[in-house]
Amino acid sequence: MSKKHYFDPEDLKKFGNIGEWQKPMADKFFSWYGEVFKEGALTEREKALIALAVAHTVQCPYCIDAYASGCLEKGADEEQMMEAVQVAAAIRAGSTLVYSTQMMNHVKNMSL
Amino acid sequence: MGVHQRSKSLASRHSALSDTFFQLNVLNGAEQHDDRFPVFADKLPEGRLLPTRVDIFQVNVGKLCNQTCAHCHVDAGPDRKAENMSRETFEQCLEVLAATDIHTVDITGGAPEMNPHFRWFVEECRRLGKHVMNRCNLTIIVANPKYHDLPAFFAKNNVEIVSSLPHYSALRTDSQRGDGVFDDSIKALRLLNEVGYAQENSPLKLNLVYNPSGAFLPGNQEALEAEFKRQLLRKHGVLFNNLYAITNMPISRFLDYLLESDNYHDYMQSLVDAFNPAAVQGLMCRNTLSVSWDGYLYDCDFNQMLDLKIEAPREQQHISGFNQLAFQQRQIVLNQHCYGCTAGAGSSCGGQVS
Repeated sequence: MSKKHYFDPEDLKKFGNIGEWQKPMADKFFSWYGEVFKEGALTEREKALIALAVAHTVQCPYCIDAYASGCLEKGADEEQMMEAVQVAAAIRAGSTLVYSTQMMNHVKNMSL
Repeated sequence: MGVHQRSKSLASRHSALSDTFFQLNVLNGAEQHDDRFPVFADKLPEGRLLPTRVDIFQVNVGKLCNQTCAHCHVDAGPDRKAENMSRETFEQCLEVLAATDIHTVDITGGAPEMNPHFRWFVEECRRLGKHVMNRCNLTIIVANPKYHDLPAFFAKNNVEIVSSLPHYSALRTDSQRGDGVFDDSIKALRLLNEVGYAQENSPLKLNLVYNPSGAFLPGNQEALEAEFKRQLLRKHGVLFNNLYAITNMPISRFLDYLLESDNYHDYMQSLVDAFNPAAVQGLMCRNTLSVSWDGYLYDCDFNQMLDLKIEAPREQQHISGFNQLAFQQRQIVLNQHCYGCTAGAGSSCGGQVS
């Protein structure tokens, strides 16, 4: 292990190898994962856009690469992809700001 | 707004890749032939591919085009004036069409309409009772007043139109085909709709071709078609019949892009990893005769651009010496670019094949 960094794009290709140390669980995970991303009530393109947004929220560089490619393959364009990330960002920002109601309550409770 | 080219042809840039031998060397680099990237023929039963029958006479009438698309496998462009099919070669094509039961003539280029014999050839094919498809880049219709009547000409001759539109977004289309192409394509599509193309119950068919604007494979054709129909109607009031999803071939200008952007190995690996044996039976090379601007015969337009002529005695490699019986008994010439047609759901000039 001579690498001096945590994230290597080449590692994404090794994702399937997680079964080497726990195959039954990995098999179940990949089977379920594949089922989740199949066309259903939502299209594959819509699911890829959701995955891209979530990838930004969990700040996973592998997922961002994978679903930026996935969105393009499913026919999404730059505008749709950026809007998806804006949705993720809005929820992150909103989820911070909504806590300010607690701060406001606390401040009001201890103020004249 | 007219079209502004972002790139030039490999030929005008004097690129090494304008030499087909150089391209084949890249595709067959020694380091490539290992377990990760096996020889394409080794993926097939008995290591070979045989034709079925000749249904489609695909004729590439020349490399002259008003666009210089970044992915073009023909290396077409405004500078390619020398490579244009002559009247004599067209007449040799018509002789073969008259003597055979090949039912469809698929005209491609370049921009086929820029060949001075184009309209005459279409009318002659129709006179022979052949179904005619024309691979129209759309922008040619609005490029010059002398082409403005093309929609009426196509409609009069019941020509099926097959047109590239890589995306319903201007950004993704123009990044591949040149600035202004999307807007001009929409104008042309509206003109085609106005003369009856893609209207309900109309016999006039207008099909679009989607190909990825970058180093990735196309998604599901049916899903892409549904989204293209929704977006083009919603945003632009445009109708079309079918969408064909086509994989970019790792040859010519797309190969240049892959090498320049350092995407070549990953892209080739994605094609190999996505090899689908079920796609092999429906490959277009099995029922197509591909003719080049100078009359030579190929298994497909991609082999044509790599100058991989059909396997036949020299005199039978030209339209003037076409022998249908021998043609149908040939073995199809294979190379590493063939992975492009067998990846995922497969790819042909008519879209996905499985």
